[in-house]
Amino acid sequence: MTALFQVDRLKKSFGGLDVTRDVSLSLQKGDRVALIGPNGAGKTTFVNLVTGHLRPNSGKVLMDGEDISTFNPMLRVRAGLVRSFQVTRLFADMTPEQHVALAILQREGKSGRVAGTFQAMPDVMRETYAILETLNLVGLARTPVSEIAYGQQRLLEIALAMALRPKVLLLDEPAAGVPHSDTFLIENALAQLPDDLAVLMIEHDMDLVFRFARRVIVLAAGEIIFDGSPREVTEDARVREAYLGSYGHASSAA
Amino acid sequence: MSITNTSATIIQPLPAASSNWLRDLVGIAIILAAAIVGYFLFPNNLALLTRMIAIMLFVLSLDLVTGYCGVATLGHAALFGAGAYAAGIAAAHFGVTEPITMIAIGAVGGAVAGLVSGVVILRGHGLAQLVLSIAIIHLFHEAANKASNYTGGSDGLAGITPDPILGLFEFDLWGRTAYVFGIVLLIVIFVLLRILVRSPFGLLCRGIRQDPVRVSAMGASVKRTLIKMYVISGVVAGIGGAFNAVSTQVVGLDSLSFTNSAEALVMLVLGGVGTLFGALIGTIVFIGVEDFVSAANPFHWLTIVGALLIAVVLFAPKGLYGTAAALVERYRKGGK
Amino acid sequence: MQTFFSIGVDALAYGMILFVISIGLSVTMGLMRVVNLAHGAFAMIGGYIASYAARDLGLAYGLAVILAVAGTIIIAIPLERFLYRRIYGAPELTQVLMTIGITFCVIGIANYVFGPTLKTIPLPPDLQGPVDLGFRTIAAHKLFAIFCGVAVALGLWYLIERTSFGVKLRASVDNTAMAAALGVRTKIVYAASFALAVGLAAFGGVIGAELLPVEPYYALRYMVTFLVVVSVGGAGSIPGALIACLLLGAIDTTGRYLVPEYGEFFFYLAVIAIVWVFPRGLMGRAK
Repeated sequence: MTALFQVDRLKKSFGGLDVTRDVSLSLQKGDRVALIGPNGAGKTTFVNLVTGHLRPNSGKVLMDGEDISTFNPMLRVRAGLVRSFQVTRLFADMTPEQHVALAILQREGKSGRVAGTFQAMPDVMRETYAILETLNLVGLARTPVSEIAYGQQRLLEIALAMALRPKVLLLDEPAAGVPHSDTFLIENALAQLPDDLAVLMIEHDMDLVFRFARRVIVLAAGEIIFDGSPREVTEDARVREAYLGSYGHASSAA
Repeated sequence: MSITNTSATIIQPLPAASSNWLRDLVGIAIILAAAIVGYFLFPNNLALLTRMIAIMLFVLSLDLVTGYCGVATLGHAALFGAGAYAAGIAAAHFGVTEPITMIAIGAVGGAVAGLVSGVVILRGHGLAQLVLSIAIIHLFHEAANKASNYTGGSDGLAGITPDPILGLFEFDLWGRTAYVFGIVLLIVIFVLLRILVRSPFGLLCRGIRQDPVRVSAMGASVKRTLIKMYVISGVVAGIGGAFNAVSTQVVGLDSLSFTNSAEALVMLVLGGVGTLFGALIGTIVFIGVEDFVSAANPFHWLTIVGALLIAVVLFAPKGLYGTAAALVERYRKGGK
Repeated sequence: MQTFFSIGVDALAYGMILFVISIGLSVTMGLMRVVNLAHGAFAMIGGYIASYAARDLGLAYGLAVILAVAGTIIIAIPLERFLYRRIYGAPELTQVLMTIGITFCVIGIANYVFGPTLKTIPLPPDLQGPVDLGFRTIAAHKLFAIFCGVAVALGLWYLIERTSFGVKLRASVDNTAMAAALGVRTKIVYAASFALAVGLAAFGGVIGAELLPVEPYYALRYMVTFLVVVSVGGAGSIPGALIACLLLGAIDTTGRYLVPEYGEFFFYLAVIAIVWVFPRGLMGRAK
């Protein structure tokens, strides 16, 4: 059976320096996978390669068996591969309501309409508020994003991803910049993601990783050194080596 | 689980839709009132007010790409001039003198120029974009200058004699017909643009202005959206140019000039970028001051435009309308 | 062959003048990330001062050049202090508006003070006649322009690559915050580079007056030419600017010789074509 999402021997080097070496992985419907690795392991490069912001030297990216390697970032989104950003990227002057509605309109192919308003489209409004409700953002629905707290902006990032109804979701450090006391908000949000969605999460916060992921992939020096269950990852010799035994520290400081 | 049917009960009441129309009506009423006041205050200067209307359409068009999409351009007169020449050439060389048809031809001319400019200018970012926009207005200018058989070159295109509007209203010596025609055009376009800027497409454009990367991460094509807006902008600017040709009965090479582009940008910034009212107010103030100053001493005009620009950047970056709106907002919040 | 040679010499002279004027713009844009549309206005101010000094006061050419450079820098310092510093790091539109405002003011004032006519800068006798190269003769002032261009390029290369100021400048271009943290007084580096840029513009405006005549609309007429040098060459890159200038000089001069009736049409077409092909510049890190 073909995987929902497959990365096949992806390679990238910058001026002789191999940043991504033969990385292969695959995701099935409903997967909850965490991608971890020490700093400089090439996680960001990997995300950029997969989303089409960087061109690999060789290797393929497949969705439902279809080769999307030549697609630009926009076409990959349309193929069902959606990402969130490590540093929030939102429209400062616009409200959460407008953000989510715009994402829905875009998904439905209605974002080019030059007349009418989304407020006058009952199904768009219904879905918008359903998503905002799921993430507890209804109270802020009409507050400009520049005036809401960072933690809630992170939730809105997830709301946008949900509104696009992806098949595969790439979460680039969803808890980055959120105070540790508020990570549970992100965690609750992640628990609300549709069951059949495949999620690949890049994260430093090990507590979050262990609670969220059913499978962990470890990237070190551009190579996958481990792919298995969260329970086994701490036992693995190569992983321990990659983190220089500092894992115990990492889990508390993150 | 499915998000769509978690709860349908929390949909908020929607005051937005009806209040939008109310605000549109207020806007139309204000424009009409200003038009009537202008008519009685300056009965001998209707030509100036009519020119203002043509330029307002031009500045509104610039606002669409600069204010709503965030594209900084110094070549927007290409769209305005293309509309003016399209209508003028149709009338002077092909005998199309029906005014509404001329306006439509101007709209098409503007749209084509908008498409060409959009495709070229959006190729670059930042400095390259700016350079392309300046190069394109110079290119249009040189082309019009060279094609003097059609455009009259530097002498300008004369011999434009529009028919009566709908066969009923003749263009009179005092410019009353032209003025009323202009006001009607302005109101129609203003309402259409209000609808446009709050439509899903308008929302998408606002998104692009604030973060194009995020928009493409939503799966929308930034470039196609911007080019579409450029074409719409070209229609509006083209109508402005054609209306100028109809009302003044000449088209000059200066309509395709860099200075014309830059002045439109000054008017927009003066009034307030990203608001339709700002575009209107900026034009009125700019042309009003221009008329006053250049009557007194034409040498100083450019200096004053420059000083005005510097002053706006330093002291009122939101423009006259934007600053006023922010003050009202603050007063309201404070009053609560 | 004769035409070919003339075009070559003219193109080289024109390209070198462009280089002398635009290289300052390139450095300041690379450093301060300011889209300075008023750069040509400084070249024009230089031209006016030199014209006034040499023609109206009858001073020697060399002295006029020095006065022009010094005078333009003196005029530019308060502008940098009170206007440009306000727009470092501001959005592009703001920078465009401010610097175009400055350009308009300069044009208006020049028009008022000196009138709308062309101003000449009388050349010293040594630069007036033709120079015999053995197989061909060249106008001496063109040779002089080429020489100045080469001298400026070498001087700048030395300044940037070999002096401590150059080290600070390069550090500030690469990473202003880091340079400041390492003790580089970036404000002074900014001001000094701005003065250098303006001075070079004025110098170029004077030595290029035969090819780019001094008149009030100078600042607008050549605005796109100077900007395109930076855009094509890449902000902050000396070799990039040099190549861009020679390329543009060649295109413009060839156009003037072969199809003069089309005016600048082909020049602007070429500008669009070049930027279209290299939207990020030939070799720069233009963003």
